[in-house]
Amino acid sequence: MANLTAPKMITSMLSKISPRRGVEGLFIIVGLAIILTFIFMAIFAPVLAPYDPNKTRVGGLYESPNPKFPMGTDRLGRDILSRIIWGSRTVLIVTFLSMALSSACGVTLGLISGYVGGKFDTALSLFMDSLYAFPGLILAIALAVMLGQGIMPVTVSLTVVYVPIYFRMIRSEVLSMKESLFVEAARAIGAKGRTLIFKYIFPNVIPSIPIVLSLNAADAVLTLAALSFLGLGLPAHIPDWGFDLRMGYGALTAKIWWPGTFPGLMIVLLTLGFSLFGEGLAEILNPKLSGR
Amino acid sequence: MLLILLSVVFVVLRVAGDPVSAMLGGHAPISEIERIRKQLGLDKPLYIQYLNYLMNLAHFDLGRSMIWGQRPVLDEILEHFPATLELSISAFTFSILLGVFTGVFSARRRNKPADHAIRLYGIITYSIFIPWFGLVLQLIFGVYLGWLPISGRSDPRMAPEIITGLYVLDSILTMNLPSLIDSIRHLILPTVTLGIYLSGIYTRLTRTHMIDILQSDFIRAARARGLPERTIIYKHALKNAFIPILTMMGLQFALLLAGAVLTETTFSWPGMGYFLYERISYRDFTTIQGTIVFIATLIVLISLIVDIIYVYIDPRIRY
Repeated sequence: MANLTAPKMITSMLSKISPRRGVEGLFIIVGLAIILTFIFMAIFAPVLAPYDPNKTRVGGLYESPNPKFPMGTDRLGRDILSRIIWGSRTVLIVTFLSMALSSACGVTLGLISGYVGGKFDTALSLFMDSLYAFPGLILAIALAVMLGQGIMPVTVSLTVVYVPIYFRMIRSEVLSMKESLFVEAARAIGAKGRTLIFKYIFPNVIPSIPIVLSLNAADAVLTLAALSFLGLGLPAHIPDWGFDLRMGYGALTAKIWWPGTFPGLMIVLLTLGFSLFGEGLAEILNPKLSGR
Repeated sequence: MLLILLSVVFVVLRVAGDPVSAMLGGHAPISEIERIRKQLGLDKPLYIQYLNYLMNLAHFDLGRSMIWGQRPVLDEILEHFPATLELSISAFTFSILLGVFTGVFSARRRNKPADHAIRLYGIITYSIFIPWFGLVLQLIFGVYLGWLPISGRSDPRMAPEIITGLYVLDSILTMNLPSLIDSIRHLILPTVTLGIYLSGIYTRLTRTHMIDILQSDFIRAARARGLPERTIIYKHALKNAFIPILTMMGLQFALLLAGAVLTETTFSWPGMGYFLYERISYRDFTTIQGTIVFIATLIVLISLIVDIIYVYIDPRIRY
């Protein structure tokens, strides 16, 4: 739902960009361009990648960047460019999946908890707050250790990390909105709990979601990369930037810089894309903050 | 608060999966799995496990490691803790200095190119992936220029006599100049990596508040009195911008610890984070769990201390 409304909001916002807001507009455009490039790479990976990402010895071992292998080859003679292109698929799948899951869970729980109130709300808030107090990475490590390797376990670990963020945000909005006149009016004409929550309150909390979604996606890319960097992420046959970066340390002292530098650069670029997009969105949606 | 957090750790670790089958893989014989479960007390009902867990924590017992002589986990953590502390202190100081300085610089040149550049810096530091940034620094300063060491805390031949476990401090206490220089040289790259990562938030915060304050009446009054610009900025304005920065410092500890895990792994810095990384690769579950409990406790204690400090700094706050 949030994802569908985002493009519409962007178009209406892009028309609002005045010269004074030039920098924020630039942030959004650059961010969006980066994200779309990676999405393009992920979708057309089979066409774009010159070699099989898992095939060893397509070239020599540790071949430096050259016309045949623009980013060189790694310790097993695999083409780094192909691994990066396929890796974008892994990263985007995990990021988008965990964002969708965590926002769905967080928003729903936040709506219900804020609306119902009482002991249920207290208990749930307490639980969410203590999850939130944890540094995301440490929590993700704890979960990933127990859940094991693979796309689903990693996605679930990331989801749990981000649920409290949506929960807290939505809950506080619901609490303030519950007392507002239009909700009271709806209740007066006989609207029941579920209608109230989803028909009246939910549409009003939507605008705050895209910013958080985008900033969390940036964070999720980093956390995923950190998990696989620490050896907790994905099984070896799935190309993955974080793990490739880890392996890039192997021959560092021999001045072999390319196996680590390129995958790491991709992690930073994609994160930057999401954060620029989120920052620009925040500035434009929230004029009170502008100038920060 | 502490109890709740520890309970959440318990729930997360127990609900998420069975450590024994995760450790042995899917192919271990059932009798073997049962034996280890019994040894670890995992065959008992969940509420008894929970009570055991809390009782052990009350006795500062985090269990024993699953590998290598099965040493008590707490001992091993405490052995690695000073290294983390040393890195944290230096990175934290560096990040605040850098952040406040760039923030002030940016606020004074509001909406000029330098300001935009620094705002971009603020966003980029958010997006830095520590291991990658560390790798780049290692390549430039360690491998190609050869100026600084890229891993470890000190040259083994030059390690100082251990008193506090903080190598820099130990070197000063034992008046050991070569080891002091060596320790500082090892400290530079990890500090810069972690420090820059943490500095972005201070840059943004300082910039915002400085812009507000520089427009206020008392600054105009100070200008009218003809005070030098430097005095106005650093003595009058910055002092007032410092309270939110202090708040942020308290909130940053969690991020600092998470960042330290990655920085330590990147630079093979033998602190808690590197230790955690090592044990993850051996699937040593009791140690991993113990370290996470330790970190959780640390975070709760630090936020408690920060709350207490507030009361002293700002007398308007009452609990």
